[in-house]
This record gives sequence, structure tokens and C-alpha cells, in this order.
Amino acid sequence: MQITGAQALMKCLTEQNVDCIFGFPGGAVIDIYDELLRHPEITHVLVRHEQAAVHAADAYARVKGDVGVALVTSGPGATNTVTGIASAYMDSIPIVVFTGQVPTTLIGNDAFQEVDIVGITRPCTKHNYLVKDVKDLVPTIREAFHIARSGRPGPVLIDLPKDVMAGKLTFPEPAPVQMRTYRPTYEPHPGQIDKACREILKCSRPVLYIGGGIIASKASAEVTELAKKLNIPVTMTLMGLGGFPGTDTLSLGMLGMHGTYYANMAVANCDMLIAVGARFDDRVTGKIAAFAPQAKIIHIDIDPSSISKNVKVQVPIVADCKRALADMNHWFETTAEVDPKAVAARHEPWISQIKEWKTAHPLGYIEETGVIKPQFVVQKLHELTGGEAIICTEVGQNQMWAAQFYQFDKPNHWMTSGGLGVMGYGFPAAIGAQMAAPDKVVIDIAGDGSIQMNIQELATARQYRCPVKIAILNNNYLGMVRQWQELFYNKKYSATVLDVAPDFVALAKAYGAVGLRATTPSEVEPVIKEALATKNTVIMDFVVCREEGVYPMVPAGKATTEMLLV
Amino acid sequence: MRHTLSVLLQNKPGVLSRVTGLFSGRGFNIESLSVAPTLENEVSCLTLVTKGDEAIIEQITKQLHKLIDVIKVTDMAEHEFVEREMALIRVKAEAGSRAEVLRVIDIFRGKVVDVAPKSYVVEVTGSPTKIKAIIDILRPIGIQEIVRTGSVAMTRGVK
Repeated sequence: MQITGAQALMKCLTEQNVDCIFGFPGGAVIDIYDELLRHPEITHVLVRHEQAAVHAADAYARVKGDVGVALVTSGPGATNTVTGIASAYMDSIPIVVFTGQVPTTLIGNDAFQEVDIVGITRPCTKHNYLVKDVKDLVPTIREAFHIARSGRPGPVLIDLPKDVMAGKLTFPEPAPVQMRTYRPTYEPHPGQIDKACREILKCSRPVLYIGGGIIASKASAEVTELAKKLNIPVTMTLMGLGGFPGTDTLSLGMLGMHGTYYANMAVANCDMLIAVGARFDDRVTGKIAAFAPQAKIIHIDIDPSSISKNVKVQVPIVADCKRALADMNHWFETTAEVDPKAVAARHEPWISQIKEWKTAHPLGYIEETGVIKPQFVVQKLHELTGGEAIICTEVGQNQMWAAQFYQFDKPNHWMTSGGLGVMGYGFPAAIGAQMAAPDKVVIDIAGDGSIQMNIQELATARQYRCPVKIAILNNNYLGMVRQWQELFYNKKYSATVLDVAPDFVALAKAYGAVGLRATTPSEVEPVIKEALATKNTVIMDFVVCREEGVYPMVPAGKATTEMLLV
Repeated sequence: MRHTLSVLLQNKPGVLSRVTGLFSGRGFNIESLSVAPTLENEVSCLTLVTKGDEAIIEQITKQLHKLIDVIKVTDMAEHEFVEREMALIRVKAEAGSRAEVLRVIDIFRGKVVDVAPKSYVVEVTGSPTKIKAIIDILRPIGIQEIVRTGSVAMTRGVK
């Protein structure tokens, strides 16, 4: 039986267990949207800007632990997705983005709403396709989902010309994807595991440095087992938060530019750094030459190009983090001459040293009477949600305070644009997360600057009854840039003062959402409680201390031990 | 250091752009590049000459491997290999210099493939150093134009 390209696309989505997609229609995808009406099993979330569709699909993927899907039209619909795609690429999030395209007969003609989106997104996708023949459609979609979710995950784009969607084909039987050129390495080399474990036996001051790869490979249990078994402190990158329980005594919190004092000190003084699913980003390492200068480094990553890219490592292990960690745990349990308890005991002096650092400079802030400190708001959010909420963030100070003060105990509860740093990510991400987990409390911790980058999504949240809570830490500044200007540019606040701001409470009401405001510390708790009790989208406008900074801070290009402290 | 990389690719639309985009996007350098189909129609071989220290070449190799359409990357520096390039050179050949040009071409085992009243087009094949040598010799006589293919390379011995 012959079916249309659009019908085949729907069948493919069902085959891939896709039950929710985020999109925005247009001329080039009108056949797909017509077909979508006949598929009530697939929820379509109509966003108000295509960038939001991709961020929402990104967060949906993070919460579900599977591929997120966005669907947009050609030309401007496609170009509006680029920021979202680039963000997913930097953070290794599996999404598939379908873009409409002008009919194949018009491609290259500068047709209305034509753009070479495959060319544009080549450097920011894991792979992308232009489907020119309807016969190639189904194998291409199957391959795209396979590529997006396997290996080091990432975004894949499929460009769909209008005539291909209207063309006819016989739907091919489901078949496993066989690719000649793409076979990620999942199994670690046993010799490397042995070498790594023996190196760990020799060290006395180890640190586990874990990143987003722990979340992607669902390896929290394995890394927690290794850390506990051998008594190894754990620091997390921004993307790795929740990979190890943040409230555990072995947790050092985040490292790097706005990492904790004790995480940076531990890395600077360790003699063994076990990097798992992390990529030695410049925000983590600071000045490369001064990063973990005494340490031997073991690096586990599924992407060989991440290994020895920025920092030369002694024991590379190319593998799925989960399997490599499981093998290491097994090694320590079963190798005859090794007693894990004795290894753990040997690390005790190192753990005491870390405790001293923790006591000397804990994470904190200076309280001021009558003024809401933004960190206090994040602490209260943590307390009143029992640490169980899914937290999304925008980018800037709000993001760093959320990372520092909302201690994540579980994976897949933290959504932030880590690599690309997209202002405007958090709110659409919160909508995507809420669609994936309707029963969860989802909070977007935002700044008054960032929230305005995708504020139009209030309509989307209302339309799909997403009771997401937006906590605006409102300081009337683009706070992070202002902080840099304060510290390094002589307090010349060039273009960082938001003189004209909307009344966020009134704005919420205009969209049919609920707006609440707190201007003093005593109002914070009642506002949060009311928001959490409300089954509607809520904006909480916290008028916070205007010139509060994020500390500790390692100035750009400095060694991570050269921290500015509270 | 100069490295010659041999890259086997799936012959798909845009694949060359993926390779060159990778080099420009990551600030790697391409000295020469040539690409053509292999025995298998759907597979092309791209020979690329680049410069960089060990760490850069390692990154280039890994990043190339990461491209979905790349089948295999061989760094010729790890093997014994032969490398050849072809050049077409339009050289001035007037009454006084014709014999001299022919002698030089003969020494380099090149041949004249086009004759005009005041110039020859010379075809010469060889290693990049040989091409450079003939250019250096012909330059004082008067080179009007050069077109080079860029290197192609193959490992020596039994495969």
C-alpha cells in the first residue's frame, strides 16, 4: 500500500516511541501538520517561537532520557532553530529537528522561505540530512534517531522538501540501523581498566571529576558506588550536577570559574584526577598549565576527540561511562590482592584535608536586613520543594546561583544550557520538562534579562496547562556582565542596566498566568508556597539585592586556586 | 610538521563541505586537498596535506573520525608511503630559451603538452619536493602560470 511522505513520517515517529513534539507550522510543512491531525497519540505543543521548540525538545529529552523532537517550517522557521540546535550540540543532548524545505524543483532558486539549513547547521549538528527522494525518507529518519541517541548523543536535523512530504512510497519494514561508518565504542578495553585501577591504588589524594556524560549514560549509581567504595570525593561540572548526590559528604559541589573553594582546592592538590564524561572545558580548567598540576589523569569518555584535547591524560578509556565504571567497580571487588576497605581508609587524611577547606570557606553569602539575597531565594526553593523539583535556568548569575545553592541529589532534574550558554533557554526548557513529567514541580530560575528572551512562551505554557513556576531574581541588571564590569572594567556599566522593565506580575496576568512579588526576605517563603500551591503557570518576581555577585569567582584565564571569595 | 592524511569517505552530497568546514571551524590548516572516487563508486578518497604539532594532528584525526560519513583516516606519517603531485606549468619558451626549457623538462621527466609561439605548457609529476625543484629551476626562465593537483598518497608494500 502506498502512503504519503507525511504519513510515513508519522509512522516513523510512532516507531521511535515519540509521543510529544514541539513545533510551529508554515507553508513548507503544511502537509505534515495536516497529517498530524489524524494522530491524536502524538501531542503537538505549539510554541510561539521556533527557538523555544528546540529548547523544549532538549529538556524533554533530558527528563525522559530519550530523543526529543521539534518540527518547524522552512526559511525563518529553520533559522530560528539554530540557537537551540547549537545548544543541544554543545551539551550532547539527543534531539531530532525536522525542518520544512521548498520543493526539490525550487531548491537553489532563492525561492520564498528557502534557506540552506543543512549548510547552516552542518557545524552544530552531530549529523544532518536533506531528503531529496521519498524512497530515502524512512531509512533516513531511522538513521537520524539512531545517531541522535547513540554514542555521544547530539542533535540531528532532517530537511524535508514539500514535494517529498506529498510523494508516495511503500513503508519499509522496521529494520535495525546498520551503518558502515558509525560504530561508537561502548565497551572499555580491559587492559585500560586494569591500568586505571592500578593507578588509583597508587594514589593518596584522588578526586572524581564528573560531567554530563554521567547523566547521558545513566551512570549515577555506578559512580556513586565507586566513590563510596574507595572514599573518593566527587566534584561535578555544571552539566554533571545531580550525577552524584549533592548533599552527600563526599560531594565537593561544582568546580571551575564559579565552583566551590574546596572543589578547586581539591583539584589543584590531588595526585589522581578521574575524569568521567567531562571535557576539560575552559570554564572548568581556568589557566590550563595550573590545572591539577600534581595529578595523574584517567579520562573516561565515549568521544575519543574529547580525550587529550585540552589537557594531556595518562590513562585514556574510550567507552560508555556506565560500563567503564561498572568494570572498575567489579575490578576492585574481585581482584584478589586488593581490599577496597583498605584503599578507602588510606584516603582518610585527604578527606580530612578537604573537610578543613570546607570549613574554611563554605559556599555562602552575606545577609543584609530587609534585602532579599538571590542565593536565599534558591535555598528556599530547595527547602520548600524538598530538593525534588526539576530546575531549569536561564544563563548568567541566576544559573550560577541555582547551580551552587540548589543541591541536586538526582540526575535528570537539572536543565541548563551549559556549553553554549543560551539566555532564553530556561523557560521553554521548563515547558518541555513539564510535558515530559506532568506530575513534577518544574521551576525556571531566571534573571530579569534572560526571561525576556523567550517570554512569549507564557502563551504556550498557558495553552498546554503547564504549571511551571518562574522565579525571577530581579536585579534590573544583566547581572553577570555587570559583575565583570564591576570587577574588571572599573564599574563602567555599559549596556547592562535594564532601565525599562515590564511589570512581571501584570505581565503574568495579561497571559492568564499568576504573578506574585516579594520585596523583603520575609515575603519569600509565602510567595514560593503560594506558587507551589497554584495549579497554573506562575511568575514569582523576587526583587533582589541589585549588585550581588556570584562568588567564588576565578577571573578568566587565572588558575582555579586564584579565587575571589565572598 | 607536515602531515599527509588519507581519508576514505562515503560519497554523499555535502561530505566535502563537512571536511573543509571542520578545518575552518576549528582553525586547522589545509595546504592541499584532492578528492576522487575509489574502486567502490560510493567511496571517495580524499588526500589532505596539513601542518601541526602532534596534538593538533591527533585532534584533526579524531575530529575527522567523528564525522558520520568518514570511513577511515590514515596518517601517512605512520607508514612508508609514496606521494605524488602533478603540475601544469606554462613557461616562456622563446627562440633563446626553448632548448634550455626542453633540457630541464627532460631532466625532470616531464613532457610538453601544448606548444604556443612563445610558450610551452609542461606536465610534470613527482613528489612535492620534485615539483618545487622544477618550479625553482624554471622560474628564472619565466613561468606564466601554474596549476597543481595537490598531493595524492598511498602506503607502500603489501596491503
